[in-house]
Amino acid sequence: MFTRMTNAKKDKELKNLSQLQIGQSAIIDSFTDKIMALKLLEMGCTPGEIVTLDRVAPMGDPIAILVSGYLLSLRKAEASTVLVSPIVVK
Amino acid sequence: MESNKSFVNFSDRTALKVALVGNPNCGKSTLFNALTGLHQKTGNFPGVTVDKKSGYAKLNNKLTAEFVDLPGTYSLYPKSIDERVAFEVLCDPNNADHPDITIVVADASNLKRNLFLVSQIIDLKIPVILALNMMDLVEQEGDVIDAIRLSEKLGVKVVGVSARSKEGVDELKAALLQPLPVPQYDFIDIKKIAGELIEKISAIVKVNSDFVAFQIINNFSEIHYFDKKSDKKEKIGEVLAVSKVDHNKLQSDESVERFKIINRIVEECITHKSALKTESFTHKLDGVLTHRIWGYVIFLTVLFFIFQTIFFLAAYPMNWIESLFVSLSQWASHLLPVGEISNLLVNGILAGLSGVVVFVPQIALLFAFIAILEDTGYMARVSFIMDKLMRRFGLNGRSVIPLISGVACAVPAIMSTRTISSWKERIITIMVTPLMSCSARLPVYTLLISLVVPHNKTLGFFNYQGLILMFMYLIGFIAAILAAWVMKWILKARERSYFIMELPVYRTPQWRTVGLTIFDKVKMFLFDAGKIIVAISVILWFLSSHAPSGRMKMVDEKYHTPEMLSKYTPNEVEAKISAEKLEVSYAGILGKSIEPAIAPLGFDWKIGISLVTSFAAREVFVGTMATIYSAGNTDNNQTIRDKMLAEVDSKTGLPKFSIAVGFSLLIFYAFAMQCMSTLAVVYRETKNWKWPAIQFLFMGILAYVSSFVVYHILK
Repeated sequence: MFTRMTNAKKDKELKNLSQLQIGQSAIIDSFTDKIMALKLLEMGCTPGEIVTLDRVAPMGDPIAILVSGYLLSLRKAEASTVLVSPIVVK
Repeated sequence: MESNKSFVNFSDRTALKVALVGNPNCGKSTLFNALTGLHQKTGNFPGVTVDKKSGYAKLNNKLTAEFVDLPGTYSLYPKSIDERVAFEVLCDPNNADHPDITIVVADASNLKRNLFLVSQIIDLKIPVILALNMMDLVEQEGDVIDAIRLSEKLGVKVVGVSARSKEGVDELKAALLQPLPVPQYDFIDIKKIAGELIEKISAIVKVNSDFVAFQIINNFSEIHYFDKKSDKKEKIGEVLAVSKVDHNKLQSDESVERFKIINRIVEECITHKSALKTESFTHKLDGVLTHRIWGYVIFLTVLFFIFQTIFFLAAYPMNWIESLFVSLSQWASHLLPVGEISNLLVNGILAGLSGVVVFVPQIALLFAFIAILEDTGYMARVSFIMDKLMRRFGLNGRSVIPLISGVACAVPAIMSTRTISSWKERIITIMVTPLMSCSARLPVYTLLISLVVPHNKTLGFFNYQGLILMFMYLIGFIAAILAAWVMKWILKARERSYFIMELPVYRTPQWRTVGLTIFDKVKMFLFDAGKIIVAISVILWFLSSHAPSGRMKMVDEKYHTPEMLSKYTPNEVEAKISAEKLEVSYAGILGKSIEPAIAPLGFDWKIGISLVTSFAAREVFVGTMATIYSAGNTDNNQTIRDKMLAEVDSKTGLPKFSIAVGFSLLIFYAFAMQCMSTLAVVYRETKNWKWPAIQFLFMGILAYVSSFVVYHILK
């Protein structure tokens, strides 16, 4: 899985998944809410997986992310429990 | 994982139990339909309120397989009631529904996430077939899945299918007859995560695999199947109490471990033909359908179309059904001798049946739309763009369709709340939907408005009557939203509310699924809610056509005197007899006895009778009023209106239907739960009489208080 990261540099700053810009990709680092983590894990959001913010709902919430090859929608409050390191493409 | 396999073979059996399990949206129901066709039935899993769909198919000339469609789940961690059912059926060999073979359905175009559940089921060490669904989508995307290699890696049989086009379905049926490998090796080494505890548990209770023991550790409080062997349950409880395990950590360690292996398998088994994918069709369409302006414009257009269809288009078949029942009643009353039996049959049972069947067109049309919206993937987008707005009121993005459909009829609307996964949000939607002004209220509104609002007055371009009618619809909507908001604070959630939801790729709807959905819902309504509706309407018939001893006869004798017959025409005499018979009937007695209670709202016993009979359906108000005011021909609104207008209050000498009484009654009809069909459906959907009872009370209190206030302000 990590082979895809060769062209990308890992940003040391960790961000909340809810703070990504549209189109921006990041690598899942860890979770801050244990229960939410279980739900997200079974949906394929595992540490090391690449996520891309696909779109934000018109009223600013929820958001849709691309993960494991499919589109997943979640509320901002849920996304803010996921810590990610944004990928900076050189 | 190739050697030392053990096999099971069911080909010489005559009956076989097969369970279908898989992620939501993986096409499991489509595959179930393809396997069983119309040979389906809906029952209940024992002890829980989860619907159980099962169906049959002949595999060869002596073996018939029973397929059970288990609720969709992403994992074997039971978080909702639905998921607990799937978990218990698969983990407990003594469960009545425990299958001989489990077909795990996986969306091949989304293999990684789907393999998570597959891997957990493999670790249960039960006979498994993996049905790789949506192979057509994978090909479209230009990817290739090496099914043989996948089968080797997983140690289970793999069959590629496209359930929509029925490709591979016969192969899947054939695979059930062949010797099946039973998984021998653990997908992950679960003992690495909780080895000591697993051994302790396995020593107490005999388990099929280490993973089952692991599941017992993690879901001990959720597991119900130990209840009979309580000493074991106690022992396990003691072991777990001493160990103080962190269940969350065990589960997340397990998930991470599984995905490590899954990632490896996926990389080995999938070849991506084109490295760079062009912007997908789904992404482009989402740009429009979830756009901040177009998204809502399109959604409103879709809603408008649905609303128009169930409001206006359904009116035609509904009229046909009604006139069919009218002719049936006439035919039956001509055929049968006059008497109690023909009366019961015509006015009790046939009237009740007509009241049930008349809903079928609306239910069929609404579910046709809902099936199409779900099947195409649009419904998930509706939730996506509406969630934030609805969440404030304790509702969910998926509550929009039921609420709007409630304007036509609460019965199909409440049946459509199934798509709301959170229990609390679904209950709130069910509870408030009947506050939306349904089409049965329209005749009542029209009559009352014509009574108290002058029809020639206008406000600029707007006709007053039209404005008041619009106001009635608006007030219903506001009441629904506010009631939802209040319930949000009162109701306790059974489970944490998530909005973690897949947005599936857009696909064309399948007419087969649409047809089966309609068939299923109509059948469910006719047989489950229908029974209750017919029973209540027989009771109502009895109340309004029977009276304490001899009183009915006295009314007949009173009017069949030469004096009366010369004073009135035969039609007038008939009308007067029906009016007076209704007055002396049990319903009349009931109406009179509630008069003291409803007098503060400005209602008299005549309105009281109508409130009682309206419980069959709100529009019955008009017919009852017509009978009480002996207006004769009920088709003519004008005569009822005139008679009601002429009614004078005996105390004040002023017209009875003043503005105050008229509006008080309007508000009462807007808020009160006067619909046995809705209550029957609420019971059907919640499987608990508590909810229809609460609904009846809260809407009744709301109606009473509001009418009281309106009456006293306007008086």
